[in-house]
Amino acid sequence: MTTLTIDGAEITVEPGSTVMQACIEAGKEIPHFCFHDRLSIAGNCRMCLVEMERSPKPIASCAMPAADGMVIRTDTPQVKKAREGVMEFLLINHPLDCPICDQGGECDLQDQAMAYGRHFSRFDEGKRAVRDKDVGPLIETIMTRCIHCTRCIRFADEIAGVEEFGAVFRGEHMEIGTYVEKAVSSELSGNMIDLCPVGALTSKPYAFVARSWELRTTETVDVLDAVGSNIRVDARGTEVLRVVPRLHDDINEEWLSDKSRFAYDGLRRRRLDRCYVRRNGALEAASWAEAFDAIAAAADGLDGSQIAALAGDTADCESMTALADLMAALGSPNLDCRQDGARLDATSRVSYLFNTTIAGIEEADAILLVGTNPRWEASLVNARIRKRWRRGGLKVGVIGPQMDLTYPYHHLGDGPQSLATLAKGGDAFADVLKMAEKPMLIVGMGALTRPDGAQVLAHARAVAEATGMVADGWNGFNVLHTAAARVGGLDLGFVPGEGGCDTAAICEGAASGGIKLLYLLGADEIALERPENCFVVYQGHHGDAGARLADVILPGAAYTEKDGTYVNLEGRPQRAYAASAPLGDAREDWRILRALSARLGKPLAYDTLDELRVRMVERAPALAAIGEITPAPWGEFGAAGAMDDAPFACPIGDFYLTDPITRASQTMTECSAAFVAAAEEARADG
Amino acid sequence: MLSDSDRIFTNLYGAQDPGLAGARARGDWDGTAALMAKGHDWIIDQVKESGLRGRGGAGFPTGLKWSFMPKEEAPGRPHYLVVNADESEPGTCKDRDMMRHDPHKLIEGCLISGFAMRAHAAYIYIRGEFYDEAVALQAAIDEAYDAGLIGKTPCGTDWPFDVYLHRGAGAYICGEETGLLESLEGKPGRPRLKPPFPAAVGLYGCPSTVNNVETIAVVPTILRRGADWFAALGRPKNTGTKVFCISGHVNQPCNVEEEMGIPMRELIEKHAGGVCGGWDNLQAVIPGGASVPLLPKSICDDVLMDFDSLMAEKSGLGTAAVIVMDKSADVVEAIARLSHFYMHESCGQCTPCREGTGWVYRVMLRLIRGEASVEEIDMLWDVVGQIEGHTICALGDAAAWPVQGLIRHFRPELERRILAEKVGGGGTDAAAAAAA
Repeated sequence: MTTLTIDGAEITVEPGSTVMQACIEAGKEIPHFCFHDRLSIAGNCRMCLVEMERSPKPIASCAMPAADGMVIRTDTPQVKKAREGVMEFLLINHPLDCPICDQGGECDLQDQAMAYGRHFSRFDEGKRAVRDKDVGPLIETIMTRCIHCTRCIRFADEIAGVEEFGAVFRGEHMEIGTYVEKAVSSELSGNMIDLCPVGALTSKPYAFVARSWELRTTETVDVLDAVGSNIRVDARGTEVLRVVPRLHDDINEEWLSDKSRFAYDGLRRRRLDRCYVRRNGALEAASWAEAFDAIAAAADGLDGSQIAALAGDTADCESMTALADLMAALGSPNLDCRQDGARLDATSRVSYLFNTTIAGIEEADAILLVGTNPRWEASLVNARIRKRWRRGGLKVGVIGPQMDLTYPYHHLGDGPQSLATLAKGGDAFADVLKMAEKPMLIVGMGALTRPDGAQVLAHARAVAEATGMVADGWNGFNVLHTAAARVGGLDLGFVPGEGGCDTAAICEGAASGGIKLLYLLGADEIALERPENCFVVYQGHHGDAGARLADVILPGAAYTEKDGTYVNLEGRPQRAYAASAPLGDAREDWRILRALSARLGKPLAYDTLDELRVRMVERAPALAAIGEITPAPWGEFGAAGAMDDAPFACPIGDFYLTDPITRASQTMTECSAAFVAAAEEARADG
Repeated sequence: MLSDSDRIFTNLYGAQDPGLAGARARGDWDGTAALMAKGHDWIIDQVKESGLRGRGGAGFPTGLKWSFMPKEEAPGRPHYLVVNADESEPGTCKDRDMMRHDPHKLIEGCLISGFAMRAHAAYIYIRGEFYDEAVALQAAIDEAYDAGLIGKTPCGTDWPFDVYLHRGAGAYICGEETGLLESLEGKPGRPRLKPPFPAAVGLYGCPSTVNNVETIAVVPTILRRGADWFAALGRPKNTGTKVFCISGHVNQPCNVEEEMGIPMRELIEKHAGGVCGGWDNLQAVIPGGASVPLLPKSICDDVLMDFDSLMAEKSGLGTAAVIVMDKSADVVEAIARLSHFYMHESCGQCTPCREGTGWVYRVMLRLIRGEASVEEIDMLWDVVGQIEGHTICALGDAAAWPVQGLIRHFRPELERRILAEKVGGGGTDAAAAAAA
């Protein structure tokens, strides 16, 4: 431990702390711009200057390691003057356009100018103007406002792993940019907007939309991938105007993927805001009573085996609980939450969780990726692997398609044969895993949604066991989900009952007429044409693939419009909260199911969300501990047998367009055109 | 005055052969192996005893700097000697002549100094504009390799030693030691934060020492003639000889090796043919390159040319580039030109220098013509004070000091111009007279 004196008081801090950290520990506020605790130290803004005994010059506290016996002063007239001086320099070439700046009201420069600046200007010369850069559809640049803190450069280099940002020219002509004008091809680029302490990098979709103080904020979780990133949704009236990350060190730290951040405009387009009933081949607007009557008529006299239900990728646990209970009441064993057909085993919790946990990645020293592109499937898991890699000593092996993961890896092969070889110890990487103290493997949906997924799972288990991935206090076996609802659905047992059909069988039955009533709870990613002899009910929030199949549409609530529970890929249940009311006639999903159950004469045994949650925890005890991970014991899972030879494919064709919300989002469509299509074109050309 | 027998750079003017034969005739490469045989620490101790202070401008004791290097080489972390030949300080042209006419002094110095700090490689980072000098120096390096003076068994010792020459691209900031290291590594020349200092984390993250050309070039002679000899020259704590570069309004601008602590007047009158129009025509002298504050004639009359004497006059010895201005010089414009230089050469990474140097230059530009108010002189004083000491590297200080010197010693001149401009004559003498 290091003991130093700050403003006359002694304080003891962890060895390796900086003077700034010590000052903060001591309760002293140190103004700063360039310093960010998740980025390397630049020490270039000079705002954090403090006085140190025996140093003729003030020191940059962010960069100075704390040492025993240091005497630091943060409250002297010299320090105050130094801060005023730096602030004056920052402001002389900063346009005072706060009234039209989107950063206004949440701007570090504004706040610190108020707290530490002089309240007048002595600068009488012309101000500098800088040409704006085009860095893609997400980030608006007003480069004249830039104070050259280089946070964005360091973020791109260090966290995002795309060395596309830099500072060109020197002195007062220094500019931040990509040099060759191009869009920043990172799935994490939006974080630069949060990092920018001024209004130089702002959100393009949010430009001139609202002032920060007009917004109502709701702290909730994201559902556009399975990571469960903690977010804050900013809304005005019924409209979601912004999504920003919230701090959660074990999940998303303080980052957010671009999809989760910018897809919110999809919440305003193609929405289902009333009931529809198909009459004479066309969907017509209807009342709730008419819609329920039509469903009741279709269900009348059906045997349970003729009824089926599928839950989609963003279904909340409450509505899945209600639907599962309703299906049980109707006597149907045909239900599935794995609309992508993943061969996951709901009876063994350890077999479908990301057991290592996201934070646990930082302890790993060897990682095997099987049939997964974490950069697209779970960007923040990939960012965590990169963070671990940057610390050094991490070896990564990949079985599956080759792609740019932002860190180097050994490509061991394209498909199952390589996995089988590895399981037998016939690959040098098997020794790497064996020698590693904390090895882990990540199996993706690219490997598990195949017909031989269960066999792949068994082989993965064999690799895990053969290389000592499961030990006391360490479980290196991980499944990487792509859907926010998947782990919750598996926990709740939203899978075929005794003799029930799974997703493929349900779709087949619906097409052939064996299934007469199909209930889609936000399920849009299924391979099904509109069936002739099957009555399809679609409950959801977007007029997407599922709604096109429907005979009755029940308007549900999107994730920002309902209170719900989601379980992330680690098996961590988290509560989401409504940021705005459902649109039009739409209702929270569990309420729709509760009302429908009454109309069908099988009323569910709960009338409030709290009662429903009691039932939910009955079905899945792990959901009781909100925010906590309940570790699962190791066990047998997977199926013996040979695997197909076909190489693993990436389950995500387009990172920006994966679900009804993103497909409805104009921003995501632009991103897809700018990044995915452009990259494919480049590949085709060259 | 330094006697010829005490000169180190005996071919400063290129009258003799700069090649190996000429260098040997001048005593270079004589008994190098014997010097190295006395051990790493002996060399460092000798340099400490000689009182040699860094010749690049800051005047940090060289032996002390070397002693910061780790005593043992850690596995995978070789030591490096880096020679700063990015001589860009306006008014300074000493290293250039040494490399042009006496390159073997530098190469031998590299070997001995590198050996002392347990390095097996020296990188000489030479200013990009010094094309001819780079060619000359490379020829000398090749010559030394061919003669077995450096390489696998330099001078017959078992201390493999390589010397690499790297040409910069012509940026002043790459003469700052950590900016130089960045540039040498292939990155933009932006100085690093200190700590860690280069002796701990330097070139490629390994222990490194960055020294000026002159510092390294004098080491072999110091060791051969003895630390006592060097320490006996000059004044206490300001020992030895120094190459001065005298330019500006003198009759014979020149480089000259002299004893430290020589009176400025003697230096200028003996070696540079005196100030144009005589000593009484002197207006001001910048005694140590563009970075140090200028001194008015009243101080120049009897100031001594060494680190501590000039420091006492709130100036500095810097690189010992003496820039003389007689009464025909527009001292305000001269300093404004320096402000422009620092604005142009600022790397731009840290706030006070990036924003401040441009501001200072623009105010200085107006002060030339007196287009300012008297209060702005105080504001300028304050603004340069906000730059000084608040930056990552010393370029901020270097930008501030000339302006501080001007205001300290020539404030009446600045006020006169402002007053004259108010009367309406654009700062001319006639207008000033009218104002008076």
